[in-house]
Amino acid sequence: MRIFLEQMLNGLTIGSFYALIALGYSMVYGVMKLINFAHGDLFTLGSYLGFTLLVWGNAYVTSHLGLAAGMIAAMLIAAIGIGTAGIIVERIAYRPIYPAGRLPAVVSALGVSIFLQNMIMVIWGPRYQAYSVNVVPTVHFEMGGIHFTLLQIIILILSFILLALLYYIIQKTTFGSAIRASALDRDTAALMGININTVIFFIFTLGPALGGIAGVMVGMYYRQISFTMGWNYGLKAFTATILGGIGNIPGAMVGGLLLGIFEMLGSAYVSTAYKDVFVFLVLILVLIFRPRGLLGEKVAEKV
Amino acid sequence: MKLNENIILKNWFIFVVMALLAVSPFMMNNYWIDVFFFFGIYALLGLSLNLVLGEVGLFDLGHMGFMAIGAYTTAILNTHFGIPIIFLMPVSALTAAGFAWLVCSPIIHLRGDYLCIVTIGMGEIIRLILINNPFGITGGPNGVFGIDFLSLGGPLIIDSSIESYFVIWIVVGLTIFALINLQRSRVGRAWNCIREDEIAAESTGIDVRYYKLLAFVLGAGLAGVAGNIYASKLMIVSPESFSFMESCMLFCIVLIGGMGSIPGVIIGSAAVSLFPEIFRAFAKYRMLIFGAAMVIMMIFRPGGIWPRKRGSLEFKSLLTKAGEDNV
Repeated sequence: MRIFLEQMLNGLTIGSFYALIALGYSMVYGVMKLINFAHGDLFTLGSYLGFTLLVWGNAYVTSHLGLAAGMIAAMLIAAIGIGTAGIIVERIAYRPIYPAGRLPAVVSALGVSIFLQNMIMVIWGPRYQAYSVNVVPTVHFEMGGIHFTLLQIIILILSFILLALLYYIIQKTTFGSAIRASALDRDTAALMGININTVIFFIFTLGPALGGIAGVMVGMYYRQISFTMGWNYGLKAFTATILGGIGNIPGAMVGGLLLGIFEMLGSAYVSTAYKDVFVFLVLILVLIFRPRGLLGEKVAEKV
Repeated sequence: MKLNENIILKNWFIFVVMALLAVSPFMMNNYWIDVFFFFGIYALLGLSLNLVLGEVGLFDLGHMGFMAIGAYTTAILNTHFGIPIIFLMPVSALTAAGFAWLVCSPIIHLRGDYLCIVTIGMGEIIRLILINNPFGITGGPNGVFGIDFLSLGGPLIIDSSIESYFVIWIVVGLTIFALINLQRSRVGRAWNCIREDEIAAESTGIDVRYYKLLAFVLGAGLAGVAGNIYASKLMIVSPESFSFMESCMLFCIVLIGGMGSIPGVIIGSAAVSLFPEIFRAFAKYRMLIFGAAMVIMMIFRPGGIWPRKRGSLEFKSLLTKAGEDNV
């Protein structure tokens, strides 16, 4: 039972990373019908940006205002930076290709992904980089035999605030209904007076910004980052998106959290080496029996 | 019969390329011959993915998994039981094809991006299983090594760069010949029909499920052959060679060249395999340039370098119909 609860907590932590990254995939897919393969690498870029900021912030912000201020500053700046990078990628690499359809945009996205990955390698070097110990909180707790860290609590609270905020924006506000309308049918939404360009700007900044924050969190949680990790996290997050039902915002959140929990329970009770096999098997089984994902609605076949 | 008369004229590009490829190794050093060998491997894999993605329009981002099955079948059977490589070529093809039939049967009803993620998952599962060394037969992350060279009987052993170059390109040539015929057959027309409009295809009596599975099985079989040749050339197979990244590269080969276009696949595989070599002088910047080139390429020629002629007309109408207008 103790192991189960600890693994659930770890699973939720990892799941919240996946959920934050998955939102970027899901929003972009919902409106643009494009699998944004560059998203995983934007996440890595966020992680590296956070790394640089925290090392720099350690000397200035952290020493003057404390650990919390340094962390918040790093996440904020990473979010703004990656949000900007996201919209730049959209303007340069995707916008000119929209008229040509979906598949060329996928190749372009893969090109951006390779470009970003190698850009990170050129700037920060091909070796692993490590977040140093003195820029992240290292306090441990024990409650009823369950071990957890302060960092885990911070990550969980912060990501749940972000997820709740995004859920509120998408589901409750007027602008959110504009996004959902564009996801349903972009052309009709435009005819109804929705400014599609604002919607696109929003999804291509907010999605990567959340990914950037997740990048800093992953850096602080695992301490070690590499320039190729975007593929792995991107793949998992994309899996989470599909698991929940692609283009469905609550689905991406649920899918991400479930995937994290599956992964940790799989590694605890099945086998650590086969945990990713377990994750993909769950995905395939879900899709065989629910081809539109867990929360995806059944869409009638259009002729 | 009238159609058959202009087959040389219609496919002049392929004949020119094949003629150039037949003489070029005598003017290259071994390094470039090996580069061109991998060009051939990519071309064969590109052709095999083209059956699934180009002809039928099924998103398959786990295609390297099928090649891995073929390569490991060859490697394991050759190193453990000493079966000659030449006999293992059909065995690898059949194993990969059988595997494709087995795993694709339950998922073939999935559409578009859902199929895409399931094939990614399948490719990753294969790679992860190979890394984890089940029953101690796949050698874990190190892979299987000590695979024999291809022997054509007697003293004919394919052990030099130039010989393996000819082996791969002869196989590619035969495959192209078969595929040109397949494109114009009942099967090829049914595939294209499914690509353009699945519901219309189904309503005209095409067994969509059967033809989709057929594409996967044939594509996987060809990838298995590529795996066999690859294993006997390198004498080692290891899981990193079959990563998700490589599957993405295959996807790009088909789309850079032009969906369903055989000359396109040749050009696409040349781009993917030769580009990084030509830009080797730029060392660590070359993949940066490669990524940027992919983006620029798609901005200026979104339909691919050499789109299939008949296909390209249909492709355009498909796009405008899907409502992917300018935003």
